[in-house]
Amino acid sequence: MNILKKHNKNAWIKTTLIVLSSTLLCACDALLQSKTDPNGIVYCSEGSPANFNPQLDTSGTTVDASSHQIYDRLIDFDPVTGDIVPALATSWLVSDDGKTYTFQLRQQVPFHQTQTFTPTRFFNADDVLFSIDRWRLLDHPYHDISGGRYPYTDSLNLGDLITQVERINGYRVEITLNKPESSFLANLATDFAVILSAEYADKLISRNQKELIDYKPVGTGPYQLASFRQDRYIRYTKHPEYWRQIDLTDKLIFDITASSSLRLAKLLTGECDAIALPAHSELEVIRQQDDLVLDEKPGLNIGFWAFNTSKPPFNNPQVRRALGMAIDKNALIEAIYFNSAIAAKNIVPPTSWAFQADVRPLSYSPIAAKKLLREQGVPEDFSMTVWAMPVQRAYNPNAMKMAELIQAYLQEVGIQVNIISYEWSIFRERLSEGLHDSVLIGWSADNGDPDNFYRPLLSCAAIESGTNRAMWCSDEYDLLINQALQYTEISERTYFYGKANELLAEQLPLIPIAHASRYQAYTKKLHGLVINPYGGVRFGGVKKL
Amino acid sequence: MANVLLRYTNLVFVTLFILSLLSFILAYLFPGQAVENLTGLRLNELSVLQNSELKYAVDDNVVVQYWHYMGELFAGNWGVSFSSGLPLYDDVGHYLPASIELSAYALFLSFVIGLPLGFLAALRHHKLTDYSLLSVSLVGYSIPVFWLALIMILVFSLQLGWFPLSGRISLLFEIPSITGFILIDILLSDSIDKQAALIDALRHLILPTLSIAVVTTTLILRITRRSVIETLNSEFILAAYARGLTPRQVLMRHGVRNALIPILPLLAMQFPTLLTNAMIVESIFSWPGIGNWLIQAIYQQDYPAIRAGMLAVSVLVVIFTMSIDLTIRLTDPTRRRAERAAI
Repeated sequence: MNILKKHNKNAWIKTTLIVLSSTLLCACDALLQSKTDPNGIVYCSEGSPANFNPQLDTSGTTVDASSHQIYDRLIDFDPVTGDIVPALATSWLVSDDGKTYTFQLRQQVPFHQTQTFTPTRFFNADDVLFSIDRWRLLDHPYHDISGGRYPYTDSLNLGDLITQVERINGYRVEITLNKPESSFLANLATDFAVILSAEYADKLISRNQKELIDYKPVGTGPYQLASFRQDRYIRYTKHPEYWRQIDLTDKLIFDITASSSLRLAKLLTGECDAIALPAHSELEVIRQQDDLVLDEKPGLNIGFWAFNTSKPPFNNPQVRRALGMAIDKNALIEAIYFNSAIAAKNIVPPTSWAFQADVRPLSYSPIAAKKLLREQGVPEDFSMTVWAMPVQRAYNPNAMKMAELIQAYLQEVGIQVNIISYEWSIFRERLSEGLHDSVLIGWSADNGDPDNFYRPLLSCAAIESGTNRAMWCSDEYDLLINQALQYTEISERTYFYGKANELLAEQLPLIPIAHASRYQAYTKKLHGLVINPYGGVRFGGVKKL
Repeated sequence: MANVLLRYTNLVFVTLFILSLLSFILAYLFPGQAVENLTGLRLNELSVLQNSELKYAVDDNVVVQYWHYMGELFAGNWGVSFSSGLPLYDDVGHYLPASIELSAYALFLSFVIGLPLGFLAALRHHKLTDYSLLSVSLVGYSIPVFWLALIMILVFSLQLGWFPLSGRISLLFEIPSITGFILIDILLSDSIDKQAALIDALRHLILPTLSIAVVTTTLILRITRRSVIETLNSEFILAAYARGLTPRQVLMRHGVRNALIPILPLLAMQFPTLLTNAMIVESIFSWPGIGNWLIQAIYQQDYPAIRAGMLAVSVLVVIFTMSIDLTIRLTDPTRRRAERAAI
């Protein structure tokens, strides 16, 4: 019953086979070759932005997706030198009393043309007034749109600082402050001081669709938003009439990939041209690849362990000191950052001029810590919580693991630690309510001015706006950092920040742990991508070969 | 015939009723307010709720609520997602075709490979070919699909760099979603470079399709083999030989069709397994299908999305399985098969 042997070997079977297999081979050849489109850049980002207006959200994801792609600012930081350079303002003048800033605006800067909006005029003073007044004036028609909270400007109290924003003529704007503040220009150059279109806003009012201003954005930036699908992608197209003469690709795509190992895998297979936040444990893999580039730059950030100083016994500086002595910072850095960070002495990193090298960090001595704790009346088997943030950040790539290590360290000095973590937005909400004993979190600076560390992290006003995780309020400290702002000379300001550093080293509302380096990984085909130490990624001027 | 039709319709309706009831009860079992879980709108957005078409008659008793719920379901108002705020009906309509597409290609591939190999194994019964095919299929059947998918990624994407590891098509190609099936959409689109888009889409398809197809292929192989062996051992085959037909004629005229008939219903039963595997593979290959979407919804505790997604998938499975079953019953009732098998 052998059926198969009986098949007739006709010539046509052979022919078909040969034809079939050769087509298959050709197809395989075409299928196996990956063709990359030089007219598009794919960037694998880590999450979905909350909206497309960095005024409303300080999270890095939102900033990356909007700030340098869709918008421009009056002035910019040069990512290499850190100097303030002209952008939409061609020049500016500061009055002798340091209270009045006059900006001369660039002419013939077009806004994006979208499906629903065609600009009829170029950028002018009205747009500057609109963009600043939106967060400054509580009764502004757009102030309450999309939540009405402006975390960056609120935390710095910029609304109260500015008394007037005045249009001198179509291309000249004057901003008056109620007191001189040397960090003001730096604040205007941050990712959050973007310029929106006043004409678009008016049009949206007439259409009764005000909220679209933050979701279907119009700016002057190098790219304009084409489409966005939550947790999937953001598509941008080139702004054809961008005012800067720089390289732009036709298409810019943010491929939203939450898992860092998947981002790396996509970079390896060439599906992404650049990735956000390469994990510290994976840096070595990237370094070994010949066709990938890994840039490194000391980061303007700080990862710290903050104590809730509104709760006993953490209101006692001696207890905080003892807890700080109970942990081995260097071991933590080795285990969590894989040596891609430096141990922190102050809250500002060594690259900042306010850094003070002679502050002595706490040394690791569990025996002394234990003794000090007992002296201060903290009993054996005292139990406390360490809140570990659920997300990965450059300043702390793995807060959960760090919390576990701290748990082990504190066990040695007779303290029981409960590790607590919630979903990120709930986590921040409950932190602001002060429900924690201590928390592992950090801060990335938005501009090169040291005030950007001192004020949001530990000033009394920052308790209200929810960035002072230590709930620490000291009049002496507030006085020092306010005085520092009244001078423009760096040497004078350094004096006050030095005092503040000393106060912090003595009071220890938080234990500074590490300043992590910033990394950027991308394929060799990309040219012109530079790490922006002052915030979001920029794709203007990046070219793919 | 009418009797069979009636019985099946009845069965489908009862099953669907239970499923809809279950999805309705889920809204009460999930944490949070049932209204929120049904509509996807938060209580503080209740003003929107009153203005919208999503009226679930919150204050009425449960039966009335269920009635309204069904009305909204049929009207296409499935509520909105907690996490994205997009209408769930549109979302499911967008992601489900991607899953069906993947499963369909995998199923097709399994048939193309599994059936001939099954015949081959059966015809070489108790020979080396049979044993080796059988052992290979056993290996294929035992491999967990997620592991296979990961190995495929490791070898073909990361080591060899042949195929991409995520998505349906490179995001650089902007293909408008018309049917939801990527290959058809590409052909329909007026994209400048159709050929490049098609090749890119195929490159993305290969690994996930293969990962799913391996299990289904081995299954089809084993079922076919067994069925063919049984058929070839039956008396009517012997009778055919007795009539002087060549082995080839016996196989073609009497063997193939009779062997295939019992295979089909068994294969229909594999559809849920196929879809489950597809959902697992989707999340590994970041395939934008319903499985990946559901898993994200579970991570984000997006209860309205979980409810709607589960309902959509289970309805799909029930209707598909039932209709295949029905087709088989209608075209080939068992007693008629016995008649036809006799010569």
